[in-house]
Amino acid sequence: MFSALPAIEVRDVVKSFGDARALDGVSVRIKENEFFTLLGPSGCGKTTLLRLIAGFDYPTSGEICLHGKDIAGMPPFARPVNTVFQNYALFPHMTVAQNIGFGLEMQGKPRSEIAARVDQMLALVRMETLRSRRTSQLSGGQQQRVALARALAPQPRVLLLDEPLSALDYKLRKEMQGELKRLQTETGITFIFVTHDQEEALTMSDRIAVMSGGRILQVGNPRDIYDNPQERFVADFIGEVNFLAGQVIGIDGRTARVRLAAGGEVVAGLPEGATPVGRATVIVRPEHAELRGPTEQADLRGRLEQVVYFGTDTHLHVRLADQSEFVLRQQNSPRGTADLQPGAEVAIAFKPGAARVLKD
Amino acid sequence: MSQAQEIAEEMARRSVRTRWWLSAPALAVVFLFAIAPLAVIVLYSFMAKGDYGDVKYWQFSLDGWFSVFFERGLFDDSIGIAQAHVSILWRSVKLALITTVVTLLIGFPTAYFIAIRPPSQRDFWLFLITIPFWTNLLIRTFAIQEVFRNEGVLNTVLMWSGLIREPLKIMFTDLGIFLGMAYVYLPLMVLPIYASLEKFDFRFAEAASDLYANNRNVLWRIIIPMTRPAIIAGCILVFIPALGAYVTPRLLGGGKNLMLGNLIELQFGQGRNWPLGAALSLTLTGVVMLALLVYVRAASKEGRSHG
Repeated sequence: MFSALPAIEVRDVVKSFGDARALDGVSVRIKENEFFTLLGPSGCGKTTLLRLIAGFDYPTSGEICLHGKDIAGMPPFARPVNTVFQNYALFPHMTVAQNIGFGLEMQGKPRSEIAARVDQMLALVRMETLRSRRTSQLSGGQQQRVALARALAPQPRVLLLDEPLSALDYKLRKEMQGELKRLQTETGITFIFVTHDQEEALTMSDRIAVMSGGRILQVGNPRDIYDNPQERFVADFIGEVNFLAGQVIGIDGRTARVRLAAGGEVVAGLPEGATPVGRATVIVRPEHAELRGPTEQADLRGRLEQVVYFGTDTHLHVRLADQSEFVLRQQNSPRGTADLQPGAEVAIAFKPGAARVLKD
Repeated sequence: MSQAQEIAEEMARRSVRTRWWLSAPALAVVFLFAIAPLAVIVLYSFMAKGDYGDVKYWQFSLDGWFSVFFERGLFDDSIGIAQAHVSILWRSVKLALITTVVTLLIGFPTAYFIAIRPPSQRDFWLFLITIPFWTNLLIRTFAIQEVFRNEGVLNTVLMWSGLIREPLKIMFTDLGIFLGMAYVYLPLMVLPIYASLEKFDFRFAEAASDLYANNRNVLWRIIIPMTRPAIIAGCILVFIPALGAYVTPRLLGGGKNLMLGNLIELQFGQGRNWPLGAALSLTLTGVVMLALLVYVRAASKEGRSHG
């Protein structure tokens, strides 16, 4: 069903537990059919936000709208929103099929419809042969599939997933990531996915909201979040990054000329809606910089301190003039980088568009 | 199976065979305090009654068992059902069942209430539940008499407030016995259910509520089925002692509303019919065994369902 209204709109939501503010004025619009991820470290408020959308807690102030209708005060059983829990919370006294049919049964659906829908769900998560099993007899991955099927069976408008993959081992987690993405595409349901795993967020999401300290710092698609982080926390939390202190000496449209403390000047992209003056921080991702010979044209110069071999690539740690460290990542080729020895004088060149100025 | 495992298991089997005597003290206790007295009761129930109590040793007789359910006419040899015994057995079962049901209806919400308190407050509420255990049962029962009797606390308050004109007759009625027993056995219902609810993971309730279950369905479809073993245990803990209750019906039921416990006591005292007393005791044991059988059935079904 297409609708111009956002699937979920959160407006100025505050949630306090006693003196502690778990959510400190959160606003976000989540579109229909979107795979939306709330990403952040533990305690950042992402699970609290999910619980408010599910209805397990009520906001201290603010609005939560589902397709334009305020649901913030509704009990969970009145919301067309279902949840996949971190520990799955499968009912131990019921079979797989009974678990999956529970939501439909509570909605008062006729028996024949429930049976048909349970069959359909079992096929969707490829669990047909285990329908009469007790949930305690299932492996972690199987429990995960049942939890998904149970939450999808009542055809919710929005599916909430609270770190559903964190209990699985690495290989199974990879497999389930693909599975989740497939389910989202096949069902066309809006997914709101909570995780602290940046890789999970980058590979699966349509859009990501990075959270910290009860606030949403930045919302964007994975590329945008990775390439154009606006704040220090976002840049640091997702991937690896080099921070360079500097001074803005000129603005030209959406770029700034910055004199770096480590020497030299660079042209760096500006963050949205901010024009810093004076002191500023420039960021460069390790793979967005290249090593040059000491005599070549370059953005930075320094002394090579450490060469760490990682298989697919090699990390080069360079000490700059202001004693700060800069890390480069070079992809390895069969010929190798034989002549790189610690102690060598090196120059570093940034790839076009690599350098960006942070808001703070 | 590896050889090392086989050797280990063989040694374990040998040590069980050679060290059986380590369990001798426990076996002796079980024999002395459970099997032997029961054997004596079984023997007595099959002997002729003595003239002044006791039994006539080694004079085999079925009179004791006969009298449990039948009686002979006073003037001829006609045989009739022992109405008094049947009605006392019926009253005992009825009162024990009502007590069990009512303590469950009060006990479950009480246990639930304590279980959802913040952990720091739970001990305080549990402490309140266990306070009655500090006082001797006899003293407590006398105290209940003070509350319920015609000029007692309850009636005085109710009449003073103008709610009733005549005092409520509670003492020496089945209602009095039932109220007394419900009071005495309530903690036995609350404690096992609380122990289970305290461990209950309320995320299951959240999950059910997320799947469109309203509060009533969360209770009946999730919480009660998942705490069923504790509910059954509580019912057994209340039903068994309630069925054989002696002090409470004696003091609150007066002389006329007997329960099985009082009837048995009577046979060993004024009745001077020890074989009948022994046979009645075994009948009570039989009813209890029947109740336990129901419990085991229910529990094993639960065990299977958990796989």
